[in-house]
Amino acid sequence: MTHLAEPETAVPRWIALWPALMLGLFFLVPFGIMLSVSVAHRVEGGFFEPGFEWASYIRFLTPFFGRVLAVSLGISLAAAAICVVLAFPFTVFLATMSRTVQTRVLVVLLSVLSLSEVIIGFSLSTLLSQTAGIGNLFAAIGLIDAPRAYTPSLFALLTGLCYLGFPFAVLVLYAPVSRLDPEIVEAARVMGASAARAFFGVVVPLQRGALTGAFILIFVFTLGSYLLPQLLGRPEHWTLSVHITDQAIYQANLPFAAAMSVFLMLVALALVGLASLAGRDRGAA
Amino acid sequence: MTELRIEGLSKRFGTYLALDDVSITIPNGKFVCLLGPSGCGKTTLLRLIAGLETPSEGRILVGGTDLSAVPSHKRGMGMVFQSLALFPHLDVAENIAYPLAIRGADRATRQAKAAHLLDLVKLPGMGGRRIHQLSGGQRQRVAIARGLAIDPKVFLLDEPLSALDAGLREHMQIELRQIQQSLGVTTVVVTHDQKEALTMADLVIVMKDGKVQQAGTPMEIYHAPANAFVADFIGNTNLIPCRWDGQAIEVLGHRLAPAEGDRIAAAPGLAQLSVRPEHVEIAAPGTGFAAEITFIRDLGESVHFVTRCGAQVITAQVAPGARPPFGVGDAVSLGFRPGKRVVLA
Repeated sequence: MTHLAEPETAVPRWIALWPALMLGLFFLVPFGIMLSVSVAHRVEGGFFEPGFEWASYIRFLTPFFGRVLAVSLGISLAAAAICVVLAFPFTVFLATMSRTVQTRVLVVLLSVLSLSEVIIGFSLSTLLSQTAGIGNLFAAIGLIDAPRAYTPSLFALLTGLCYLGFPFAVLVLYAPVSRLDPEIVEAARVMGASAARAFFGVVVPLQRGALTGAFILIFVFTLGSYLLPQLLGRPEHWTLSVHITDQAIYQANLPFAAAMSVFLMLVALALVGLASLAGRDRGAA
Repeated sequence: MTELRIEGLSKRFGTYLALDDVSITIPNGKFVCLLGPSGCGKTTLLRLIAGLETPSEGRILVGGTDLSAVPSHKRGMGMVFQSLALFPHLDVAENIAYPLAIRGADRATRQAKAAHLLDLVKLPGMGGRRIHQLSGGQRQRVAIARGLAIDPKVFLLDEPLSALDAGLREHMQIELRQIQQSLGVTTVVVTHDQKEALTMADLVIVMKDGKVQQAGTPMEIYHAPANAFVADFIGNTNLIPCRWDGQAIEVLGHRLAPAEGDRIAAAPGLAQLSVRPEHVEIAAPGTGFAAEITFIRDLGESVHFVTRCGAQVITAQVAPGARPPFGVGDAVSLGFRPGKRVVLA
């Protein structure tokens, strides 16, 4: 009888049982509950009773919620794009600094992560307000005639979301950018590329994977934001997350909230899939 | 005429003087090796020529034109980097044609040039490959082809073969030299491998501590080293403390009269006698330097007898066919072949 030994691995395989158990218990089971709630029958003025009906999903397919979905995705896409466009040159520049400076900057960025969304939201709404905001400064130096409020607005909302997302974008980009062989850029330079041409023709394409990763992270991260849109945005900027909260807590319509959540997740998954397909290295394909 | 002239070039990094007042003239079409231990300033010199560093003092002239104020991307040089620095997001032909694409060459020109260069580096038809599909030696060839794509005035290579294993490296040394000779491009290679320098170069520039120790043909450097550092760095040599009194060399209790061919490159006084192992004769105890064999290294192609003469270790090298019948512990007599002795300061 031939006996094939188990292939030796550095980590015993049964160790995977632990995360599997945790995932099952705290992710899959609640997700299953949410799925079942999304098809449950809503009792008007009450709660819901078990059942199977598409009513909640059908209700979502209206122009109103279509627009809300589009606004949510648009805001998150814009925030992700702005964060990546700001964070990438920042990180490339940071990587050229000395180790000490890099560490200090990263510590400052990490400390920004410790601020809660609430603090960031209220700080920004004060900073952009008419009574105490930067409008007063602009008026004082004669840029505008009278102080005005810059919140609530799409601008204020995106500022808040980017404030939250920027440190994450830098942290995601930092490792691959600092690993970039400086000789690659020098090679492009010696071969005749101007600094700008070397950056856009060599550095950016080489970091495509990292840029996609940062973009997806910020997109998904801001998609779930429901506090900042209410603090800094107008009602028309309220994201799907705000409406889900509204339905679940204030309208007591759990089946509809669950259905919207499933929808949001499916659309987000589809977009993430598209993005990673676009960001995939040609060479690795 | 693309003569490369370096005039009084110095480079400081803070207080550290990486390159100290270097002046060299490299004639058109010559193959030059910058040779020295790590930290000797050879890579700094190459990067200054490429425009990747700004000189603290001095000038770099190519064909009589001062390049000091010309930025790197306008110098029109070809360069092969130590890490090769190939672009993984481009295929082989796109890598090679990159400098042409930058200069706005059309597609047909780029493809033709890439195909021509791939033939030159013996990778015909490999233009469509991805960089990660290539072996180390193939990547090396692609990097060389890319460096030559614009028919550069000066071709610079920074330790180009250091990542290859020994056999492949020797093979590539010969090929690189042949490519350079067929194109006649003025070439500067940085290396710490003296065999590499002797194999490829028309002119070897030995550097240490940011200074040029000696510049000369490989044979000049080998047979007539300017100082003890060069003698020791190029090939193996026995360096034995001696005294030169103007008439004879006093060494290990013997007085040797200089013969024709011996080189005296030291003022009278304490000096060092350099004798290459192949110029040390080994015989049965007699009138020469009495020594004892401490180790025998048989490399097949040659046999090295490591001996001790008092406190001094002296190595003698003989051809395997002429191997004398001595073993470890045997007493022997050593002689330094007249005409092959060099006295250095």
